[in-house]
Amino acid sequence: MDALDLARWQFGVTTVYHFLFVPLTIGLGVFVAGLQTAWHRTGKEHYLRLTKFFGKLFLINFAMGVVTGIVQEFQFGMNWSEYSVFVGDVFGAPLALEALLAFFMESTFLGLWIFGWDKLPKRIHLACIWAAAIGSNLSAYFILAANAWMKHPVGYEVVDGKARMNDLWAVLTNSTALAQVPHTVAGAFVVAGGFVLAVSGYRLLKDRRDMWRGSLRAALVMTAIAGAVVAGTGDMSAKLLHEQQPMKLAAAEGLEHDTKGAPFSVAPGIEIPKVLSFLATNDFDATIRGTESLQADFEKRFGPGDYRPDATITFWSFRLMIVFGMATVGLSVLGLWLTRRRRPVPGWFARTLLLALPLPLLAVISGWLLSEMGRQPWTVAGELLTAASVSPGVSLAEVAISLSVFTALYGGLAVAEVVLLARHVRKGPEEPPVPAEPLAPRREPSLMY
Amino acid sequence: MITLWFVIIAFLWTGYFVLEGFDFGVGLLAPFVGRTESERKQALQSIGPVWDGNEVWLITAVGAMFAAFPAWYAGLLSSFYLPLTLVLVGLIMRGIGLEWRGKVTRPSERAWCDLFVLLGSALPAFLWGAIFADVILGSGVAALVGGVFSLAVCVLHGAVFLALKTEGRVRLRARRAALAATAVVIPLAVVALPAIPAGGSVPGWIAAGGAMALLAAGGSLIWRRREGWAFAATAGAIALASTAVFVMLWRAPLPGLTPAEAASGPYTLGVLSWIGLAILPFVLGYQGWTYWVFRKRVMAA
Repeated sequence: MDALDLARWQFGVTTVYHFLFVPLTIGLGVFVAGLQTAWHRTGKEHYLRLTKFFGKLFLINFAMGVVTGIVQEFQFGMNWSEYSVFVGDVFGAPLALEALLAFFMESTFLGLWIFGWDKLPKRIHLACIWAAAIGSNLSAYFILAANAWMKHPVGYEVVDGKARMNDLWAVLTNSTALAQVPHTVAGAFVVAGGFVLAVSGYRLLKDRRDMWRGSLRAALVMTAIAGAVVAGTGDMSAKLLHEQQPMKLAAAEGLEHDTKGAPFSVAPGIEIPKVLSFLATNDFDATIRGTESLQADFEKRFGPGDYRPDATITFWSFRLMIVFGMATVGLSVLGLWLTRRRRPVPGWFARTLLLALPLPLLAVISGWLLSEMGRQPWTVAGELLTAASVSPGVSLAEVAISLSVFTALYGGLAVAEVVLLARHVRKGPEEPPVPAEPLAPRREPSLMY
Repeated sequence: MITLWFVIIAFLWTGYFVLEGFDFGVGLLAPFVGRTESERKQALQSIGPVWDGNEVWLITAVGAMFAAFPAWYAGLLSSFYLPLTLVLVGLIMRGIGLEWRGKVTRPSERAWCDLFVLLGSALPAFLWGAIFADVILGSGVAALVGGVFSLAVCVLHGAVFLALKTEGRVRLRARRAALAATAVVIPLAVVALPAIPAGGSVPGWIAAGGAMALLAAGGSLIWRRREGWAFAATAGAIALASTAVFVMLWRAPLPGLTPAEAASGPYTLGVLSWIGLAILPFVLGYQGWTYWVFRKRVMAA
């Protein structure tokens, strides 16, 4: 065990943890903005109550996303200073743009939205939640462009042992990023859709009100559409892997030798002939490289070393991502069919929908494990090894201390967040102070913070 | 181009210290100026809409360092490893405390949130001063004095902000707190501020001297109940002290490192300049608008 191992554990723990909250921020922000728009356009009371109810859940979660995100930005410099010095010229640019273009917008307009209910004209107030939601989605684009560059570096040259950017546009339109951004963002909408499904299903069992059927239907549509985008862009990513990261593709399939008409293995021993070749190239007879021959190639190019990612993690994370993701989308399609043409939501289905909360989260976490563990042993593919990226001056003890502090703090906060969310879900939306009458003047929104 | 980026980064850090300075101060003072729940809520509500946006100044400053001076970013963050771990812990606690305070339902949980806000404001307010003092002066004593000084200045700045932004008892107590803080800050400033430009250039001395004068002015203005001007004075003092720090850092952002050695290539600096200069006015515009929307004093509920 040395500082490198712990630094990797710290990156894994803090990043996976961060990404439990981020997808909900990305997707739920847009969902809440949609609810408020519906209220704005129809004036129907229940849209306002849904906006405030889901808005509160959104904010509880948002706080966790923000505070765990700061750790990420600092972590590169603290634990990975050699990496930072090598890539800063290229990798730093999207990070700086993310802060300037996305984070300012997100945080400022969210502050306006939270405290502006009775201070801003309704239209402007609505625009604030949209601006905040757009900010969250923009930030996803920039950080994913930076991440894509690690796996498929473009628009740079290496000068004096450092990467120097020579084409920002190439970095921002990296084909890997253009496939990864819609894949990840749509995945976030599946997570948020699953969250709303689970919450609405639970509330429906409790008080059987019509508005929960409304939010449930909206979330079913959102999850199904986003699920289709995830699948389509996942297919794009597989084809890019074949061209750009053949080692990851081979490891994800457990394919050791170059194979013409390669099969897709559902699990070890169960194979569907030729499907992998088709998925990777649209040609059933194409040859897919195997890990062993790629390893030989890498040794020729980069010298001795093991260039194969962890076979077990890569193989299983790929399968779990697909299974959990398809299960979520399957639930949403089933739900759309069950509730077609004003049919009520069956009780057993509302109960089943509780699964829609953990399933997509497990899928996105598996996806990230595949993406980043499959990148090993590189931090920047073909340029910089993970082992050469770590901070030379940081001791094992220092990383051990920060890792234990963050793990303990994160663990405690996770429990608190779950308790807090569950409590607010159980309590349900605030009741209107006066029973809504058809002729009564519309209630002024109260301060929600 | 290197000079421009150094100035941009100095500007971002300075903006962060001025804006988060009063957030930290309010977080530190809230339990003391607010004796009842509604008063504490009133005090924290004065920063409620803006603290998160203010924190993004830090994210942007650090992101800009990463992009424009990778070696500075990497060297600073990896050499102050444990202090920065504590800064991050503080920022996590503060953010959670502020956001969840209104969401928890039991008084004991609210007390936890208050403690998180207090500790989460104290840690970064102290540590940023300590870290930058250590970079410039390179000694433990300097770090301690720098930390205590920046903590005290944040308390003063926050107290003046509370006096400006609240009404009723909280405002009266904030004024008393500001006067008490002035009495602590002035002697500390006499020790800490001249240490920044010691052995340095004339601009450093001018900035440090100006900061000294503005701190004294802030104290006397709050005594005369000119809260708006007092806030301008403490904000100016922090800005000038930060300027003095960056004047010194221009010679060596870290011991043995020059800005030119730490900098990214001309292409990156050039293209980021155009984007940055195009976007920054909008950011300043809508952040300024937020302060305008919430310009009224916060009343007790």
